[in-house]
Amino acid sequence: MQNAREVVFRRLNKRIVLIAVLLLLPFAVDALLGRGWLRIVDFAMLYIMLALGLNIVVGYAGLLDLGYIAFFAVGAYCYALSASPHLAIAFPRLFPDGVHLSIFIVLPVSALLAGGMGVLLGAPTLKLRGDYLAIVTLGFGEIIRIFMNNLNAPLNLTNGPQGISRIDPISIAGISLNATQRIFGFTLPSVHLYFYLFLFFAGLVVFVSQRLERSRIGRAWMAIREDEIAASAMGINTRNLKLLAFAMGAAFGGISGTLFAGFQGFVSPESFSLMESVMVLCMVVLGGMGHIYGVILGGLLLALLPELLRHSVVPVQQALFGKTIIDPESLRMLLFGFALILVMLYRPAGLWPSRVRRRELSSDERPNESA
Amino acid sequence: MNLLELSRIGKRFGGLNALTDVSLHIERGEIYGLIGPNGAGKTTLFNVITGLYQPDSGEFHFNGKSYRGAKPHVLAGDGIARTFQNIRLFANLTALENVMIGRHVRTRAGVMGSIMNSQATRLEEKACRDKASELLNMVGLKKPHQTLAKNLSYGEQRRLEIARALATEPLLLALDEPAAGMNATETENLKALINAIRDSGITVLLIEHDVKLIMGLCDRVAVLDYGRKIAEGVPDEVRNDPAVISAYLGVDGE
Ligand SMILES: Nc1ncnc2c1ncn2[C@@H]1O[C@H](COP(=O)(O)OP(=O)(O)OP(=O)(O)O)[C@@H](O)[C@H]1O
Ligand SMILES: [Mg+2]
Repeated sequence: MQNAREVVFRRLNKRIVLIAVLLLLPFAVDALLGRGWLRIVDFAMLYIMLALGLNIVVGYAGLLDLGYIAFFAVGAYCYALSASPHLAIAFPRLFPDGVHLSIFIVLPVSALLAGGMGVLLGAPTLKLRGDYLAIVTLGFGEIIRIFMNNLNAPLNLTNGPQGISRIDPISIAGISLNATQRIFGFTLPSVHLYFYLFLFFAGLVVFVSQRLERSRIGRAWMAIREDEIAASAMGINTRNLKLLAFAMGAAFGGISGTLFAGFQGFVSPESFSLMESVMVLCMVVLGGMGHIYGVILGGLLLALLPELLRHSVVPVQQALFGKTIIDPESLRMLLFGFALILVMLYRPAGLWPSRVRRRELSSDERPNESA
Repeated sequence: MNLLELSRIGKRFGGLNALTDVSLHIERGEIYGLIGPNGAGKTTLFNVITGLYQPDSGEFHFNGKSYRGAKPHVLAGDGIARTFQNIRLFANLTALENVMIGRHVRTRAGVMGSIMNSQATRLEEKACRDKASELLNMVGLKKPHQTLAKNLSYGEQRRLEIARALATEPLLLALDEPAAGMNATETENLKALINAIRDSGITVLLIEHDVKLIMGLCDRVAVLDYGRKIAEGVPDEVRNDPAVISAYLGVDGE
């Protein structure tokens, strides 16, 4: 046994270093790569939150959800409608200037709303597992997107495919995050401000995930993932715990969506296609299902990689051949599929699996088939 | 009052009568054996009393309460715990976690308590962990408690299942062929374990093919054949029952 106090100190030190690095990160990215990249990092943070939310459903409770982006959409539209002039079109009398609520009112509402939608999706699918559940959730995700696409007539609620624009930027205590601000003597451009906001929420999501993972609730989810029948025979109310997983995951998605709408200032159904659901699922699976750091890594990689390609493929081809032969978008899907196959072949538990799963894969004993 | 009382339980699968009018009772503190040829309906009976199957007819009382259409987690909470014939552990979780999950019904930390990690949650978590490792020691798991369930040997997995079931603090422990696949020493240890469990005040319902084990352990035995109870009594009585002999030897007893 090592000196316990020493261990605590080392852990604390590590945490302080990590926080310092994260706080300095936007300046480093800005200085080394430019502001455009910091914007990309900001988006990556949103994806990480999404992936962590999905990780609760897929990674812990083992419920394959292919419509997860719907909750992101719910959160995004929630803010888009309640912080833009748009509702003036549908209800000119009631809201002559549209609705302009603070994000801090919208956040809990959209978390609740998305969580409620999660329960709504979960309730009829309780008996389904695996592929069947995947198909139903896929349909659910598409239904939400199609709703957003078509709810512009007879009453223009969502503005259809054009989407909702002129969404209020996020502002905290009267400080708009859309402009450069001077805080404590630091000059912080908009992307930096958003970075810190997202960092805060991502940190919150990580914290909640971690606490849940190591709790009675988290263990019950994993029991359901491992063997639902045994779990119920051990006294776990599988229905309630599955609904809870759906609701928690969805709430994280809703929060992420709300922040997304405020950051981007514009939402349209296009951002919530099936491909996005698949992307988020891949972040979870690629990174390491059920392992928070793995999922963060997966989210970061998959959010940054396409941008990396976009910035390198065209210039490289221009330099080599003098013209662009392969467009980065198609190359992206090709490389992505390739990466997925490689990971599944060589690291089936993900790039960064949890300690337990790593042990399980390196173990030389043959796993016992337990039906 | 009897701990468990089944009256005229019937269960059909399509045209197959897996259980027909099975009535029996189990007294508090006894070890009750359930034997019968393959496919006799023993596991089906377990599934009925643990809520995994709903009986087509009949009902059962447990601890003074009548159950009809109760969910497995309710029965587990009320005090029936079981193991599975084809081991059903949480394979990718550690032995300790498996047993801690068994504590689920006896602990209460909710979402908020878990996120806040309140004093009450921390205390409960520690008590849960301690109880779990105590149970692992009791069933005699020698491997580290952090071993993944699927990396345990067959006999160890069976004992882990017993520890997990005991963690729910049952009144009735139902064991479905716990000695299957065990060697002679392991079976001997298992016998001692089951006796110790009974001495701690838990009633045991035991399905087993190992006749020696049944005869050496059980206070009373019931025999199922083609879904019907064909005999019941103390082991010696049952062993010499002509109906039982013909059922086991495959003689047509009609
Ligand atoms: N879910 C099910 N669906 C259809 N038939 C079933 C089901 N469960 C059991 N049966 C059938 O019911 C009969 C009794 O099965 P059960 O598993 O209860 O037998 P058992 O006495 O436990 O046998 P064994 O000693 O082989 O474990 C068998 O014929 C079996 O095929
Ligand atoms: Mg059986």
